[in-house]
Amino acid sequence: MSATDTQDPNRRDFLYVATGMAAVVGAGAVAWPFIDQMRPDASTLALASVEVDVSSLTPGMSLVVKWRGKPVVVRNRTEKEMKDAEAVNLAELKDPIARNANLPADAPATDANRTTPGKEAWMVMVQVCTHLGCIPLGQEGDFGGWFCPCHGSVYDTAGRIRKGPAPENMAVPVFQFVSDTKIRIG
Amino acid sequence: MSEGHSTYTPKSGIGRWFDSRMPLPRLVYDSFIAYPVPRNLNYAWTFGGILALMLAAQILTGIVLAMHYAADSTLAFDSVEKIMRDVNSGWLLRYLHSNGASFFFVAVYIHIFRGLYYGSYKAPRELLWILGCIIYLLMMATGFMGYVLPWGQMSFWGATVITGFFTAIPLVGDWIQQLLLGGFAVDNPTLNRFFALHYLLPFMIAGVVVLHIWALHVVGQNNPTGIEVKSKTDTLAFTPYATIKDGFGMIVFLFVFAYFVFYLPNYLGHPDNYTVANPLKTPAHIVPEWYFLPFYAILRAITFNIGPINSKLGGVLCMFGAIVMLFLVPWLDTSKVRSAVYRPWYKLFFWLFVADAILLGWLGSQPAEGSYVFMAQMATLFYFAFFLVALPVLGLIEKPRRLPNSITEAVLEKNKGGGGHPAGATTAPETKG
Repeated sequence: MSATDTQDPNRRDFLYVATGMAAVVGAGAVAWPFIDQMRPDASTLALASVEVDVSSLTPGMSLVVKWRGKPVVVRNRTEKEMKDAEAVNLAELKDPIARNANLPADAPATDANRTTPGKEAWMVMVQVCTHLGCIPLGQEGDFGGWFCPCHGSVYDTAGRIRKGPAPENMAVPVFQFVSDTKIRIG
Repeated sequence: MSEGHSTYTPKSGIGRWFDSRMPLPRLVYDSFIAYPVPRNLNYAWTFGGILALMLAAQILTGIVLAMHYAADSTLAFDSVEKIMRDVNSGWLLRYLHSNGASFFFVAVYIHIFRGLYYGSYKAPRELLWILGCIIYLLMMATGFMGYVLPWGQMSFWGATVITGFFTAIPLVGDWIQQLLLGGFAVDNPTLNRFFALHYLLPFMIAGVVVLHIWALHVVGQNNPTGIEVKSKTDTLAFTPYATIKDGFGMIVFLFVFAYFVFYLPNYLGHPDNYTVANPLKTPAHIVPEWYFLPFYAILRAITFNIGPINSKLGGVLCMFGAIVMLFLVPWLDTSKVRSAVYRPWYKLFFWLFVADAILLGWLGSQPAEGSYVFMAQMATLFYFAFFLVALPVLGLIEKPRRLPNSITEAVLEKNKGGGGHPAGATTAPETKG
């Protein structure tokens, strides 16, 4: 076949397409490391699980530990706070999903699903507002749960969003009671 | 306007040698000396030059500050304090830079409102306007990242909130946020990349400014009448007329700037940013820099779900939408008349819009509770109504005032009204009364 062959598609067309494809793949291969380097690095990903001694928490008290750079609250709720949270009609909730990493993704946001069986008084939760990532203040707001000072989101005593711009309930991380007074998060 | 032939004639041998090899002096001469400008430009037109000056000043002070700053989360806060206390003249350079950012935005807002008032975005200046909008976006990105660098509480939580916007995007939002942060929360990798980008973006702004000026010099400047230049009598040479006027505008602007730098250096900042960043404690009241407050108020105004769009995504969409409106202005405004001087209804709505923007700014600085939320919702509604209803509808129903035939006629008519120039009465007798 000569170079002046006009029959379509000819060898020249093939070379154009092949060169173009090689350029696109090459550009992508070069671009990827530049995007890839922005992702969390190995030291950030190496997530340690933390153990917390909660023996000092009497009902009504809470403490905060840092896990993966974020604050996790452990709150020993009072009888009244639990009752308030249990009494809520699920239809009233803005976000009806439990958002509990220990349960299936579609578990309903009942008070029991927000805690762990046998330890219903204890809320363990990533204390980061689901709106834009501020740290809500505990024991505040209309429902006595949490109040985010940034944009006015109000959470109840089970950490469920009740008012304001936040779309979701605050996340419950993977955790377990390793003993009666010790919690492992992560 | 720029199609006219170059009138540059090099006077020296070296000038001729240069001109035949790389005519840079000719470009400067044609752009900044012989360039014809409308003769009726008022002081609102000096802000382009003021903005160029501020960009240069910010780059200069920024480069010097970078020589003393440490972009590491354990060192950043202390290194800024070291600049304030130990580095010779460091306090002055830092106050110039931090207040310079604020005054850069003061100037850009006046520049944008001037464009809106006199219809500077209308054909053939759409691209010029859009390039300006791109510069404004780059300025916001630069200002935001710069505010993170001192690593105070407002730096940290401002960065948390603003990068949190991206988590509102369905499906890929969390991945994008982690890409921006380099982790699961704002931390050292975030600070490092923000510093690198804060250093880069001003040069990108300078690049777009070149395109902005290029586009300006192709279509020519708008002017307070909004009428195109028609004859040589409508214009004056850039130098000395515009040069001197711009220079005077710059000096007055720098007086106000200097007053803030020397007497109110922290007035536009926030005291919480003199507390080192603490990832476990949000300040009681997070506010961004003042120049973002109107958009912040719009973000917070959306507290309700709209169909499938939840309140968070809705707020973020409205906030970005508020900026997108600016890009669309050339096509939203249906009026053939450019200047608000000849559009009585548009003039009214323009000033209502200015008031609304200031109200939104004030609401953005207030806590998001009680009646503030409702007020912010109403102000947001007006903001969008101005662009999406007032601009298209007014152009169709408004009866504009009579336009002068030319810039020259407008100038002479005005001077006759003031009684200053009796000559005007004889040159344009038909406009009597």
